[in-house]
Amino acid sequence: MSDMQEDLIKTVDRVVADACSKAVRDSAENGQWPQALWQALEDVGLPKALLDETAGGVGLGFTDAMLILRRSAYHGVPVPLAETMLAGRSLAAAGLDVPEGPLTVALAAPGADLAWSGSVSAPVVSGTAPRVPWGAQCEMAVVAGELDGRAMIGLVRCTDANVSEQRNLAGEPRVSLQFNGASLVAAAELALAPQRLHTDGALFRTVQMAGALERALQHALDYASERITFGRPIAKFQAVQHMLAVLAGQAAAASAAADMAVDASVDAPDEFAVAAAKARVGEAAGRGAEIAHQIHGAMGFTHEHSLHYVTRRLWSWRDEFGGETWWQARLGRMAAAAGPESLWPMLTRTLAA
Amino acid sequence: MHEFRFEPVQMPESETSLRRQVREFLAQEKANGAMPLRHNSWSCYDADFSRKCGQRGFIGMTWPQQYGGHEKTPLERYIVTEELLAGGAPLGAHWVADRQSGHQILTHGSETARRSILPRIAAGECFIGIGMSEPDSGSDLASVRTRAVKVDGGWRITGTKVWTSNAHRAHYLIALVRTAPKEDDRHAGLTQFIIDLSQPGVTVRPIYNLYSSHDFNEVVFEEYFVADEMVLGEVGQGWQTVTGELVLERSGSDRFMSTYQTMLESMRMIGPQPDERSAVEIGRFVAHLATLRRMSSSLAGMVERGQQPALEAALVKDLGTTLEREIPEVFRQLIPVQASLGEGDSYSELLGMSVLRSVGFTLRGGTREILRGMIARGLGLR
Repeated sequence: MSDMQEDLIKTVDRVVADACSKAVRDSAENGQWPQALWQALEDVGLPKALLDETAGGVGLGFTDAMLILRRSAYHGVPVPLAETMLAGRSLAAAGLDVPEGPLTVALAAPGADLAWSGSVSAPVVSGTAPRVPWGAQCEMAVVAGELDGRAMIGLVRCTDANVSEQRNLAGEPRVSLQFNGASLVAAAELALAPQRLHTDGALFRTVQMAGALERALQHALDYASERITFGRPIAKFQAVQHMLAVLAGQAAAASAAADMAVDASVDAPDEFAVAAAKARVGEAAGRGAEIAHQIHGAMGFTHEHSLHYVTRRLWSWRDEFGGETWWQARLGRMAAAAGPESLWPMLTRTLAA
Repeated sequence: MHEFRFEPVQMPESETSLRRQVREFLAQEKANGAMPLRHNSWSCYDADFSRKCGQRGFIGMTWPQQYGGHEKTPLERYIVTEELLAGGAPLGAHWVADRQSGHQILTHGSETARRSILPRIAAGECFIGIGMSEPDSGSDLASVRTRAVKVDGGWRITGTKVWTSNAHRAHYLIALVRTAPKEDDRHAGLTQFIIDLSQPGVTVRPIYNLYSSHDFNEVVFEEYFVADEMVLGEVGQGWQTVTGELVLERSGSDRFMSTYQTMLESMRMIGPQPDERSAVEIGRFVAHLATLRRMSSSLAGMVERGQQPALEAALVKDLGTTLEREIPEVFRQLIPVQASLGEGDSYSELLGMSVLRSVGFTLRGGTREILRGMIARGLGLR
């Protein structure tokens, strides 16, 4: 890791230490928008980290921006940082301006699209986007669809939708937005826009899960070393050591898979790499969270302990933007259609070789 | 805590041409009928095929030319070996010599040993076995009791090694032997020797495995004489040298590709339009394979930078061998074929052998439990 990357991590750590207390986390779960935390993140430019300077960003580059996202997930920050980054990346890819403030992405259920109508210069959108992250807290959302046979991306005001609010397991708002001919604030063509947004969303959740799993491992290591049972720290028991070794293996696999997907998706999300990573990391999230909790015993089942801030996110994020089964089936069909002879070229990214 | 980081590697410019060379070679061998379907390529002994690999420059790739090597980088070797494994090539005869023994001889051997052995390994004509485990020493390797006594010009070795794959058809063995009595530091007083299996004083006896095949052996030494120039490294430094050897033994893509051919043949059985359940299972394995390949190539990068990624290798081997074992266990539930005993080409036999062989995947090269203990130590728990 470079010095600059270590500085980025320290920056995230500092913002969290200053502005993300347990009280802030809990009030966010109770519906209070954590404005001070969001402001602190904006003050150091993190929500726009991956945008070019010409687009009002910091121009860090995609890989470093994903490192920031991963560290924010390590801390389980209760704000739409991933969604704002994702919206910004998609708008910038289509050459659209990226507005200030927190943003989100409103996608139709997988396989369906929001219906676009009207003219290319004044399009409107209708339909339901289920479980939009932070949909009631963000002023605007990115939407995608098709208009006159063209894949389109655009910005819509969340206040122009009927809202019904739910929360994911981590208490993060997941809002159903029902649009009924809502005018777009801006729109442009972007190749394969709906798939691209969905795949990018899966990539961002993958990166977040890798970070959260890293924290779950750290919690488990700390607790196993502190907790004394039968006269010694439970970390000294071979059974516990082996559990922690398995957890570390899952965390390492998640980390490698997330890096693989990030490296392949610098310019645009890479379908194969993201599918493999979301499926693998989602699996690691479930297995890892289970072990981390088993290590913590009843203490990890309490609200008082902080483990649940990351494990509840792992249990939510693995479902979002396509769960393991969805991506596995997609990968499996891709591989089966290509045939066994093509599996190796597919794995080594040398299909053309 | 040790941080497990698997940094990406930059593949060399020669990647495309190396892959093409191997793929063309294997296509040709298949066309000639020299490569029947193999259930586990790197355990499949075929001396003729090894000679062909030697002629192609696929053995001893990273060694200096003066010892028959080809002065390629570890990543270039990684590319060639993963292509050979993916193609199901029968690499078993030279596998150990190329993966670990040759490197041990090059790094720790005398000039005589290097000159007399390495060029023959690189030519695909000299095969080597691993002499680590003993009847009473497996996971606790430092407890080996085979001992060497200093005599004029060399050492006399007495003791027994077991589970030695291919000892009955290999030319040499690299044995870990106690050269000084055990002290408080149980890792002290061990030394590795190159054993010429054609010399008197060493007897190889078969140990038949659970499907009655002769792969591994018991090797008994009775006052076996080995010359000083066949010592590897400094006398008494055997624990350090064997630890390095184990990193090579554990870190390659062979540790997650043992049932790769079973995966391919299962996909062939299922066909291009899998039902939902089959699609999900195939996709899950593809996701695991892609991730393991990323981790495994990262290990090759660490080796290239001169690191000894013992803990990372243990971790990848644990994940990789778990996958190898899952592949036949899952496909047997998706494909309505009962497993059969036999080494023929049918899917039924391929599946049967994969089930039977899987037992060894999480034992050989360090058991899953030993690996998890190492990982725990890396995490600061021991």
